[in-house]
Amino acid sequence: MSVKSQDTPLTAKDFGSDQEVRWCPGCGDYAILSAVKKALPETGATLENTVFVSGIGCSSRFPYYMGTYGLHGIHGRAMAIATGVKLANPELQVWVVTGDGDGFSIGGNHMLHAIRRNVDINILLFNNEIYGLTKGQYSPTSPKGQRTKSSPYGSIDYPIHPISVAIGAEASFVARTVDRNLKHMGEVLKRAAEHKGTSFVEIYQNCPIFNDGAFSYATEKETKDDTTVYLEHNKPLVFGPDNARKGIRLNGLDPEVVDLGDGVREDDLLFHDEAAEQPSLAYLLSRMHHPQFPEPIGVFRAVDRPTYDAMLFEQERQAFEKQGEGTLEKLFDDGETWTVTEEEAHS
Amino acid sequence: MTVTSPAAKVGERPVEVIDREGMVVRFCGDSGDGMQLAGTQMTNTSAAFGNDVSTLPDFPAEIRAPAGSLAGVSGFQLNFSSNPLQTPGDEVNALIAMNPAALKANLEDLEEGGILIVNEDAFTKQNLAKAKYEENPLENDSLKSYRLFKVPVDKLNLEATKDTGLSGRAASRCRNFFALGLTYWLFGRPLDSTLKWITDKFGTKPAVADANAKALKAGYNFGDTTEMFGAKYYIPKAKLKSGTYRKLSGNQATALGLIAAAKLANQPLFYASYPITPASDILHELSRHKNYKVRTFQAEDEISAMTAIIGASFAGNMAVTGTSGPGVALKSEGLGLAVMAELPMVIVNVQRGGPSTGLPTKTEQADLNQAILGRNGEAPMCVLAAATPADCFDMALEAFRIAVEYMTPVLLLTDGYLANGSEPWRIPASNELPAIKINHPKAGDEFRPYERDEKLSRPWAVPGTPGLQHRIGGLEKKEVTGEVCYESENHQRMIDLRRKKIQGIVKTIPLVEVYGDQTDDLLVLGWGSTYGAITSAVDRCRAKGMKVSSAHLRYLDPMPGNLGDVLKSFKKVLIPEMNCGQLLHRIRSTYLIDAEGFHKVQGKPFMISEIEAKIRETLEGGL
Repeated sequence: MSVKSQDTPLTAKDFGSDQEVRWCPGCGDYAILSAVKKALPETGATLENTVFVSGIGCSSRFPYYMGTYGLHGIHGRAMAIATGVKLANPELQVWVVTGDGDGFSIGGNHMLHAIRRNVDINILLFNNEIYGLTKGQYSPTSPKGQRTKSSPYGSIDYPIHPISVAIGAEASFVARTVDRNLKHMGEVLKRAAEHKGTSFVEIYQNCPIFNDGAFSYATEKETKDDTTVYLEHNKPLVFGPDNARKGIRLNGLDPEVVDLGDGVREDDLLFHDEAAEQPSLAYLLSRMHHPQFPEPIGVFRAVDRPTYDAMLFEQERQAFEKQGEGTLEKLFDDGETWTVTEEEAHS
Repeated sequence: MTVTSPAAKVGERPVEVIDREGMVVRFCGDSGDGMQLAGTQMTNTSAAFGNDVSTLPDFPAEIRAPAGSLAGVSGFQLNFSSNPLQTPGDEVNALIAMNPAALKANLEDLEEGGILIVNEDAFTKQNLAKAKYEENPLENDSLKSYRLFKVPVDKLNLEATKDTGLSGRAASRCRNFFALGLTYWLFGRPLDSTLKWITDKFGTKPAVADANAKALKAGYNFGDTTEMFGAKYYIPKAKLKSGTYRKLSGNQATALGLIAAAKLANQPLFYASYPITPASDILHELSRHKNYKVRTFQAEDEISAMTAIIGASFAGNMAVTGTSGPGVALKSEGLGLAVMAELPMVIVNVQRGGPSTGLPTKTEQADLNQAILGRNGEAPMCVLAAATPADCFDMALEAFRIAVEYMTPVLLLTDGYLANGSEPWRIPASNELPAIKINHPKAGDEFRPYERDEKLSRPWAVPGTPGLQHRIGGLEKKEVTGEVCYESENHQRMIDLRRKKIQGIVKTIPLVEVYGDQTDDLLVLGWGSTYGAITSAVDRCRAKGMKVSSAHLRYLDPMPGNLGDVLKSFKKVLIPEMNCGQLLHRIRSTYLIDAEGFHKVQGKPFMISEIEAKIRETLEGGL
């Protein structure tokens, strides 16, 4: 429990805990843990002012492996717990670690409402498209038809698309990254930490035991250039290997994949605007799925919107300013009091 | 009796004034008729006049059931007296019925020979049919055993308000004030407090204010000028302990108690709640007090409210959620986490009729088992229950006192009857309030998350404190260090420690007091809102020479340390409850005594007479 002096910069190692990490060997969670520990000191976070909150699931063991304050909650409720933490002490940097089952099945309601309120918390969705801790049932993000222990004939559930839902819930910051791209993950985490308001980050995370390779198209060297498109603000959507550059162009209201060259220039392509007032572009991007489209990686949307916590404390400040600090005497006197004197009491 | 009582004002028609100890008055009408408002005004006026008051609002679950229908009847009962009151009264002495449906739904509670004022204009063919009257009861002799006064309230009210510029429809809404004015005359109440209320409330709508004031005065003057009423009544001031008083409902009392607790602890109050009848008024009250560092969070559901307070408590706020039984059902997994995390917080359950959605606007005390037992695993929690509306204040404070002293969630039970009922509350001086001490470990302190003090409480280290970073959660904890631990013997120890900690609370709670004699033939044991009816019934029985005493539990888990001895000092124990015997079974199994139950689960509180009759029956049944 040593306290570093303020002058010594914290390192990734400082953000770890002494607990043995118990994820399966090869789990994508290790990479995320490492990226988070590395990114936090770079955002100026301190151990004592950082809180990790989680629900239930493999990913939700995350807080135990951090050297910060942590609360391992119950299934699906991390967003609500985190809201309570942030509203109790707005000085804290609050992170939620959740999974596709925790955050979009049992905790779907809290996810929607945390995002719409724009509480200044950072939500990391570890999406592995499977229930891992309960040993391999399909999750709300599993593709239709997926064969799992609970869907031996193939899942007949249509999947939910977390980024689309987050945008639909009025998210002010939405991003996607992948466990295999540490550098990109680190950049996205820092952006999420810096954003004021709810930051929603979907991380494609491999479960090597129950759903191995679910995102291999997006992570393997042979395919990733063709199957992912990295979003950059004010830049055209360009992807593909150097010898066969492609882009995304708008055809009416629909995106289409086009080859660059042969009369198609970068200027003809769709330009990304993460700060667009309307969420339509971000939503359109969120609907681009493999294999019809390359899947966008990066920041879909980052807009400024007053946060719930800031507004709450502003109302409190104004109440203090107008009414002065409340006293018990004022509280108890509702303006309709009456007095029984000693004389009356004994008459 | 006398014409010289102070109620007779200069210039008023000389009329006989009958002195009465107290009166039970009930206003009833459509749920849109403003009966709750009329009742509340009458209560405020009577309380300010110096009477003791006790109220029982009774309204339907539907906001506006079809006008004139039986389902839409709303009532407000007020007991005001020159003697100390414990209940809103069994029998109604004066009933004001605004339409046939209200008459039909409420007549059975009016005493024989009681005053019955009806709005005769509302007794139309259509309204009579809606109330399922085959004949107009005002025109046959079905009401002959009451003192019936047929008043054309609608006509007189419209006449009184015609020059105010309001439309006929808007003006007709003032009829509750006309009826109230008439009632004020009948009971010699001053108009000033209600006139002031009208001015404050409708200040921005002068026409509405004017019309309501005119209706009120017209009602009063009608009583004075018409010779319909041969007498009026005078109820002298009650002898209350000296001090400054205000009227307080149970939900207001709970809210004030919570704010006071946070203020005494010098911490912010965090209240998370999902709207639910009959608890929402706590949220409404608290959300007005931002300058007390009260932060209200209207959550997306009950579970969110519950888990948000776990987060807020972890981060160091005085955290509380309020709900009713169905909400507690949803919160139960969160309650388990709170037990495991050993964080201080308060959960208020304003009980209502169950199971399921049940009777949302009616009262019941059938969530005791849920409060004590309703969680998975061995999850002991302190459970308290308030006895009267004003007692909700004391118990809310007490709930927080225990929560922070013992690092535990505390469940406070109130109910719809307490929540909506009100009584005078003597405003406490600051030195009459308990101390609530918070002791957060500081940077540099020796700290282990699950190291316990002499009360078996663990330290409440809050995020933001350098060096005290720790992780807690729902998984079993290793003793002292708080690391996740699956060892079987550690689990047994932690189960035992958590239970022992809650049982240890008994050392800081008051002993149960016997009302009456310490040893006697019969002890009537109650908990929660049955306090008033039980105490009054025991008073009446003792006055008749019966050997009966009573005791009341405000601490349900743990129960007071002397309870076993008290119970064993009586030949018989009778436990009246608004459930099927939840405390009864607990008493029988804990103390191995042959206690007897008395159950009423009708969405209504016990009447004094019901308990009185049961006491007599029990004593006569032989010992």
